[in-house]
Amino acid sequence: MATAKKLEVSDEIAIQISKMNKWYGTFHVLRDIDLTVNRGERIVIAGPSGSGKSTLIRCINALEEHQEGSITVDGTLLSSDLKNIDTIRSEVGMCFQHFNLFPHLTILENCMLAPVWVRKTPQKEAKEIAMHFLEKVKIPEQADKFPGQLSGGQQQRVAIARSLCMQPRIMLFDEPTSALDPEMIKEVLDTMVALAEDGMTMLVVTHEMGFAREVANRVIFMDEGQIVEQNEPQQFFDNPQNERTKLFLSQILGH
Amino acid sequence: MADLSYVRTELVPQKAPPLSQVGVIGWMRTNLFSSIGNSVLTIVSLYCIYLVLAAILPWAMSPTWGSESLTACRGVLAELGREGHFSGACWGVIRERWTQLLFGFYPSELFYRPVLAFIGLGIALAPVLFEGAPKKLLWFSAIFPFLCFWLIWGGSIWLPISVILGFVLSVVAYGFVSKATTTLIGVIAAIITPIVWWLLLAGPFASTMASTIPLGIQSVDSDVIGGFMLAVLIGLTGITLSLPIGIVLALGRQSDLPILKGVCIAFIEFIRGVPLITLLFVASTLLNYFLPPGTSFDLILRVMIMVTIFASAYMAEVVRGGLAALPKGQYEAADSLGLDYWKAQRLIIMPQALKISIPGIVSTFIGLFKDTTLVGIVGLYDPLLLSTNIRADQAWNGILWELYGFIALIFFIFCFSMSRYSMYLERKLATGH
Repeated sequence: MATAKKLEVSDEIAIQISKMNKWYGTFHVLRDIDLTVNRGERIVIAGPSGSGKSTLIRCINALEEHQEGSITVDGTLLSSDLKNIDTIRSEVGMCFQHFNLFPHLTILENCMLAPVWVRKTPQKEAKEIAMHFLEKVKIPEQADKFPGQLSGGQQQRVAIARSLCMQPRIMLFDEPTSALDPEMIKEVLDTMVALAEDGMTMLVVTHEMGFAREVANRVIFMDEGQIVEQNEPQQFFDNPQNERTKLFLSQILGH
Repeated sequence: MADLSYVRTELVPQKAPPLSQVGVIGWMRTNLFSSIGNSVLTIVSLYCIYLVLAAILPWAMSPTWGSESLTACRGVLAELGREGHFSGACWGVIRERWTQLLFGFYPSELFYRPVLAFIGLGIALAPVLFEGAPKKLLWFSAIFPFLCFWLIWGGSIWLPISVILGFVLSVVAYGFVSKATTTLIGVIAAIITPIVWWLLLAGPFASTMASTIPLGIQSVDSDVIGGFMLAVLIGLTGITLSLPIGIVLALGRQSDLPILKGVCIAFIEFIRGVPLITLLFVASTLLNYFLPPGTSFDLILRVMIMVTIFASAYMAEVVRGGLAALPKGQYEAADSLGLDYWKAQRLIIMPQALKISIPGIVSTFIGLFKDTTLVGIVGLYDPLLLSTNIRADQAWNGILWELYGFIALIFFIFCFSMSRYSMYLERKLATGH
C-alpha cells in the first residue's frame, strides 16, 4: 500500500460538528459528538458494531437527521431546508457498504446521472468527466456494462467514480470493503489511497486497520455513540489510552 | 498415514455433454420422461389433450359458414348425416353478425372510422411500446386520443381542438409563470389555466369556430357504440390513465405528509373495497344526482371514469409493491448524489419499481380489459350483451357456443398479446443479475 502520510492538511475547516445528539425513538445513538475536520484530512472511524460510526457520517450528508447540536459542512449549516440539504449532498460524496449502484443503468449512465441532472452539465461534458474518473478507478473498459455484470470490487470502484463525478470536496466511506471478498478489498483500498494522495478530505468508517495506519492522519474510536479516543494512527495503535480502545484493538489485531 | 499432498499439473479441458443430454431425445428425457411418475403424467396428459381435441375439432369442422339461420345449419348438418345437439357448430351466425360483435350498432357506412381509429391506435402505440419505432411518432401518440374520440363520435372538429388547446395553454402558462415566479406557482398556474379554459371558454370557442368554419364529420350517438370497439375504448382509456394515477396514489401513500397519505389510503381502500358493478351503477344512476341539475354527460364517459378509478386503486397497490421491493440503498444513493425527490423518483426509483411490477401491472390491465364486459349491466352493449341480443333474433335463437367461442377468442388475442408484451419487456429490461 502506498504511503500517503506526508500530505499537507490545511487549516481551513471542512466539517464542524458540535454538541450533536441523535436518537432513534428513545434510543440515544449519538451523544455529544464534537468533531472538526480540516480540509485534506483523512479520518478513519473505528469501533464495534452498533457504536454509531455509520450513523455519524450519515448525519453529515443528512441521510440521517440529528436532533440536537449543529453540523456545518463547507460553511453551510445543515438545516431541514431541502435546498440546503441538496447543496450539501452535491458537495459531499458517499460510498456505501453495498455499493448501491443503480442496476437499471449502465456504468457510464450511473456516473453521468448526477452531473447531468443535478449540476446541469451538458451530456458530452458529463461523459468526459465520467470517463476521466472511470479511468482513475481503472475500469474505463466496463463503461457500457450493467452493474450486475461486474464483480463486487469493480462495483465499489464504480461507486467511488460515480461520487467523484460530482467533484465533491469531501468523501464519506461507509464500510466500503466490508461486503467484499479478500481478493477484492485491495483494489478498492488502492483506489482510496490514490484519492487520499490527491488531497481529498475523507471520512472512512472501516475495519481495515492497515489502511488506517498507512493513510489516515487521525483515527477516531467510537463506542456507545460517543467518541472515546482519537489520535494519530501511530499513537492510536501503539499506545491506546482508554480501556475500551485497548480491548477493541487487542481483539481485532490479536490474531 | 497416507500422503495428502497433491499438485495438479494440467487443467481438465471442456468436453461436450453426453448425447442423452442434448437434442430432442435429451429434451424429452429431461422434460417428459425423467422418472416413472413423470412418464405416467405425460401419457395421461397426452390422452386428456387427445380427448378434448377429439370432442372439439369435429364440432368446429362444420361447413355451415353460409347458413342464414340455426335451422339452416341443422339442415346442412343433417344432409351430411350429422344429427344431435353437438353434431356441429353453426358458424353462419359469426359471418352474419361479426361486424355487430366488433362495432355494436354503429352505422355500417361509417365502419371505416373505427377501423381508421384502430389502425391509428397501432401507429400511436408503436413508439410507446417498442424502442425501434421513430421517436417523432410520439407526437402522433399525444394527439391520438383526441383523434380517436373524434373519429368514433364524430361531430365538429373544433371540440377536440378546444380540448387540446387546454393542454397547450397549460404548458404555456407553466412556461411563463414558472419563469416569472417559482416552479410551484407555475405548476398551480398549469393546473388552473386549462380548467378555467375548459369550463368557461372552450364551449363558446368551439361553437363560435364551428359556426364560422364548419368543419366536421357526421356525429354518432353513444348508444350505438358497442361490441369490441366499446371494450377497447373503455379498456384502453382505463389502461392509459390508471397507470399514472396509480403511480401518484402509490407515491401519496408512501408520503410523509399525513393528510395526503390519509387521503390516498382512504381512496385506495374505499375503491378496492367496493365491487366494480356498484361503481358502474353509481356511474349510470347516482352520479346524476351529484352533478348540478341540467348537466348530463355521456354514459360511456361516466363508465370510463369509474373503470379508470377502479383500476387506479389496484394499480396503486401493485406499484406500491414494486416500491417496497426496492432496497433502501437505492433511495440513499439517489439522496447522497443530491437528486431531489422528483428526480430521484423519475430517474432511479420508478424505472426500477415499475420494472419489478410489470407482471402485476399487466395482470391489472388484463383484468381491467376483461372487466369491460361488466358494462353490459348498465345497458352499454358490450360483446356479451350483444350475444344475448343476437340470440333474441328468431333466426339465431339457441346459439351459445359459437358466439361465446368467438368472443373468447378475440379477448384471448388481446390478453395474450398483452401478456407476451410484458414478457418481452421484462426480457428487454433485464440487466444481468
